[in-house]
Amino acid sequence: MFKWLEKNLPKIVMAPAVGLIGWFVYGFVLWTLYISFTNSKILPKYELWGVGQYVKLWGSRKWLIAVDNLLIFTALFLIFCVVIGIILAIFLDQKIRAEGVLRTIYLYPMALSFIVTGTAWKWILNPTLGIQKMFIDWGFENFTFDWLVNREMAIYTIVIAGVWQSAGFVMALFLAGLRSVEDEIVKAAKIDGANLFTVYWKILLPMMRPVFFTSFVILVHISIKSYDLIVALTQGGPGISTTMPALYMTQTAFHKSQVGLSAASAMMMFMAVAAVIIPYLYSELRRENAR
Amino acid sequence: MQDNIHTSYKQLEQRSKYTNMFLRWFLYLVLILFALYFIFPLYVMIVTSLKTMEEIRQGTLLTWPSGLNFDSWAVAWGGRGYGAGDTFLKPYFWNSIKMVVPAVFFSTFIGAMTGYVLTKWRFKGDQWVFLFLLFGCFIPFQAILLPMARTLGVLGISNSVIGLVLVHTVYGIPFTTLFFRNYYISVPTELVKAARIDGAGFFKIFFKILLPISAPIIVVTVIWQFTQIWNDFLFGSTFSFGEAAPIQVALNNMVLSSTSVKEYNVDMASAIIAGVPTLIVYVLAGKYFIRGLTSGAVKG
Repeated sequence: MFKWLEKNLPKIVMAPAVGLIGWFVYGFVLWTLYISFTNSKILPKYELWGVGQYVKLWGSRKWLIAVDNLLIFTALFLIFCVVIGIILAIFLDQKIRAEGVLRTIYLYPMALSFIVTGTAWKWILNPTLGIQKMFIDWGFENFTFDWLVNREMAIYTIVIAGVWQSAGFVMALFLAGLRSVEDEIVKAAKIDGANLFTVYWKILLPMMRPVFFTSFVILVHISIKSYDLIVALTQGGPGISTTMPALYMTQTAFHKSQVGLSAASAMMMFMAVAAVIIPYLYSELRRENAR
Repeated sequence: MQDNIHTSYKQLEQRSKYTNMFLRWFLYLVLILFALYFIFPLYVMIVTSLKTMEEIRQGTLLTWPSGLNFDSWAVAWGGRGYGAGDTFLKPYFWNSIKMVVPAVFFSTFIGAMTGYVLTKWRFKGDQWVFLFLLFGCFIPFQAILLPMARTLGVLGISNSVIGLVLVHTVYGIPFTTLFFRNYYISVPTELVKAARIDGAGFFKIFFKILLPISAPIIVVTVIWQFTQIWNDFLFGSTFSFGEAAPIQVALNNMVLSSTSVKEYNVDMASAIIAGVPTLIVYVLAGKYFIRGLTSGAVKG
């Protein structure tokens, strides 16, 4: 008995973690998947109903708006975060004075919650007393900046706040990547007459392929899950113009009591994340095994 | 001829010196402009929180406050002293502390144990077990919200701090496991083997050999978990309301539920109070924060 215990102790220690994750992650996802095939309203029902919820979901105007917003947000969020992140990383890599201070400034938004960020930006972007008033007081009398309350433009305020929060993170990833490149490579290229621009454009950035990949995965992941920022900044408004899938899911579940429909939307989000993550995990593992 | 080459080279050198100087100025200009962009909201938050509403209406976002006026901080933290409808952050701040401390402790401890087993007591298929746990880093939590709400209800701990501790502990395990596993994998296994030959057991090896050298990764993990849990809004707002809510939920309610007049100074003071703990950690231990961020990200 004692011998058995000793031999299996590592597995026994592993058991709680595996059990918890098995139940709370895999079990729960399967439960949500099952419920998405039922006609559950306020309480879950367990008779299968087929794909009706998915049909309903993709016929819903609000969900289509949410998906549309997600695509716009993800594209802009990705582009701006990566471009700003790379510029900052390359510039900081030039033996800059006060690099530490600048780095700290670029990255501190990551320590704040999206609710804090959203609250701050909501105040800054509000048309009555915020940026608009600042420019008018400075003498630009016809200056208008009402994106926050403008149906067409409100989604871009979420991009502004989101990029502000996450661009520094991309910078940190790229800076770490650039610093891990051997100095010799850069020196050799310079001796061959390559200028700094060529060194980065032709040699270093192509070497950063894995970092691009990582940033892409993380940023897409953040944007699919984005919920807090929208709640704090626009609550999905004006109207439903800034709804995103995560917001749609919780509203459908907890305000509209359409449990089946909300499970279907959750599964769509799950599949979107899986489509990005599984290839990523696969390539990461292959890289690790190759080492 | 020789001379000619020499002068032209000198000219070239001179010219490249000028372009270099220009480039450096440009470099600093861009870096400083971005720094201003990143600082701007924090600056606005701080000055707004120190102004009176009158000052806010008269000045602009950037105007310096007339004095150090902490009234709105006092209101944000302790309320105005009248009964119903007076929401303020103090009780929710403590809710968050009561939630964060045990959740960080349990998730870090479990992660250390699993990381230890996965690297030093390897068994057949351990890689699959790791992958099994790792996938938990990525699931969109919307896919588990509904069953979680029901489970907390069945356990009788919905709308309580204990419920949130459970939730945060469980969904922290994939990350803490990842951190410890990646750290312990670089510790030479020979150390463990030698200790095993000397008769040291599972726990003795952990506490005598692994734990003493784990300080850096414990710091990274604790900071990561602390920041994640403190800043969480999705779980907090879904599984708690009213008195059990953590601070981010309370902040959001305060900002949204303003009565007749919007008090931006109180809003900003509240936002700062809710953000200060993680900011302090970031400023004091930025190095570890970044390490967690990049390694948590590179793999998770």
